[in-house]
Amino acid sequence: MKFKLTLWRVIFIVIMALGLYSSYIRYFHGLGAATNMTDQFPWGLWIGFDCLCGVMLAAGGFCMVGAVYLFNVERLHPVVRPAVLTAFLGYLLFIVGLLFDLGRPWFIWHQMIYMNPHSVMFEVGFCVMTYTTVLFFEFLPNVFERLNWKTPIKWINKIYPVLIVAGILLSTLHQSSLGSLYLIMPSKLHPFWYTPALPFFFFASAVAVGLAMTIFESTQSAKAFGRQLELPVLVTLGGALLVALWVNLLLRVEDFYHRGVLGMIFKPSYEAYFLWIELILTFVIPITMLSFKKVRISPQLLYLASISAVLGFITNRLNIALIGFETYVGHHYVPKWTEFSITLMIVAMGFALFGLAVRYLPIFESESAHKLEEPEVTVGARVLSHAGD
Amino acid sequence: MSKAILYDATMCIGCKQCEGACAQQNKLPYDDTVAAESVQSAHKYTVVLTKNDKFMRRLCMHCEKPACASVCPVGALHKTANAPVVYDVWKCIGCRYCMVACPFNQPKYEWQSLNPRIRKCIMCPDRLAAGKQTACAEICPTGATKFGERDDLINEAKLRIQQNPSNYLPHIYGLEEVGGTSVLIISNAKVEDYGYPSSAKIGDTPMPEYTGRVMERIPDFIPLWTLVLGGIYWVSHRRDEVAEAEAESKNGGRR
Ligand code: SF4
Ligand code: SF4
Repeated sequence: MKFKLTLWRVIFIVIMALGLYSSYIRYFHGLGAATNMTDQFPWGLWIGFDCLCGVMLAAGGFCMVGAVYLFNVERLHPVVRPAVLTAFLGYLLFIVGLLFDLGRPWFIWHQMIYMNPHSVMFEVGFCVMTYTTVLFFEFLPNVFERLNWKTPIKWINKIYPVLIVAGILLSTLHQSSLGSLYLIMPSKLHPFWYTPALPFFFFASAVAVGLAMTIFESTQSAKAFGRQLELPVLVTLGGALLVALWVNLLLRVEDFYHRGVLGMIFKPSYEAYFLWIELILTFVIPITMLSFKKVRISPQLLYLASISAVLGFITNRLNIALIGFETYVGHHYVPKWTEFSITLMIVAMGFALFGLAVRYLPIFESESAHKLEEPEVTVGARVLSHAGD
Repeated sequence: MSKAILYDATMCIGCKQCEGACAQQNKLPYDDTVAAESVQSAHKYTVVLTKNDKFMRRLCMHCEKPACASVCPVGALHKTANAPVVYDVWKCIGCRYCMVACPFNQPKYEWQSLNPRIRKCIMCPDRLAAGKQTACAEICPTGATKFGERDDLINEAKLRIQQNPSNYLPHIYGLEEVGGTSVLIISNAKVEDYGYPSSAKIGDTPMPEYTGRVMERIPDFIPLWTLVLGGIYWVSHRRDEVAEAEAESKNGGRR
């Protein structure tokens, strides 16, 4: 195969080159040289985007596994593998991101020996570590199938129920705990975003983003790899996304009302502008769109609606991590170019690895391949449904 | 018993000798340039601020229930029995959660270092262990920074306010704030004017409780949620098994 220099490849190479240069600055000149973080702003873009958003964007894994294996939504079966793959890569890259952000990344393993059970950060770290291992096992069948190793696949099938339950349990815990990280800062975080309900919001938004991301990535990879999109899958996901967005919206409004900030929302202020962007992208646009049947059955429009929702929730987390602190701190934090560059590099790595995995592993393979991996009972169900046809 | 520092801003003459003594105790550079810096940093754990000819000292408050220690994933910070909140650098992974969590913004970071440490006042634990007072209290020429038993200092602070009500605001900062701190401040200027968070803003609830309320549910949540998830799995797959068995017997009958 000859290597062709496409536009995307050029962009990728540029991003990687800049990223490597920024990594050099980060590791050889310190956090001070590589970031705009200060004693007043100790958490910046890397925590806000790479960690908070990264974990959220990888939520599709547990959502789809839950839908298919726990609730038996058979239709969604074709998207489980790409979702698990995205999640696995997402968590690996989250750990890469941490290695940039931690001041002493070489001691990251201290998490495992000097455990402080009162720390939310410890809980998140521990769950993420275990969940990445679970995802690794959920991902392994892809490799085994490719190599045609039947026995290990059988072993994994045996423990699959445990993997499924453990994976969802761990996800529930750490997705919500990311929100709990901010519970200890009631005097710092702006009242638009500080609420005792943060852990619930983080979980609820993870589910919505899990659905939206699955729509996004199915459509995206269908385009990129010239695959046929399975409309019923998208329609199901779109419907679920609409419900999830409504649930999120009602929870948010209830919380605003309950804490008496509903009036503040409509008064123009620095924070209000960012809140408006967030609410419009997360709720107004996608909910309006998805309320039309025409949108719910059009892959193109569904794709746009889910992008809007994903961007909205990303804004939400950046607001919590960055914007929500600016008034308290008294000045703005704008990430340095090196911070952007490293974040971009990590995202680009994600896309590249996804592309490689899809090319070399049976991620989007035909039905027959799936049968190997799924518990036999589910196969039974399909036999049944075919028999009924 | 629990020790504390009482800082009486009305007695402070702004000589900054505490700054110098602190720097010396912690082997930090101290000269006129550092003395002129009016912000705390990785090389300046305490600072004496001036506003309208009144002085105010800032330093780690050594909270009774410190936010910093509760959030540290590796337990690198902890409260010792006699008051100091100390730091074990060899454990620290540099997540800086302590910095974001501290309501008084006390932990500072060595941003320029390649192996950075958290820096803050640690209340001279070695001196305390040797039965001595903190370096800042020892050097203070007027007694504005006073070291002693927390209970005694509280009584003394109350007495000073009582005997001279026109000279003080009627409040001991640190007595109740975030559940009490081992640094107590009395003054006739508002602490907020010097960058301290107002009492109303931080409240009397110990910071760790905000997360504790959620964290303490987790041990119950894990088995419960596992059961629920396992239950759902079992039910939905049981249904399949039954359906499959039925389908088989039907097919068998047909055959
Ligand atoms: S003032 Fe901040 S750094 Fe000092 S003990 Fe309290 S929480 Fe920790
Ligand atoms: S920066 Fe170090 S001391 Fe502070 S919370 Fe993180 S690990 Fe603990």
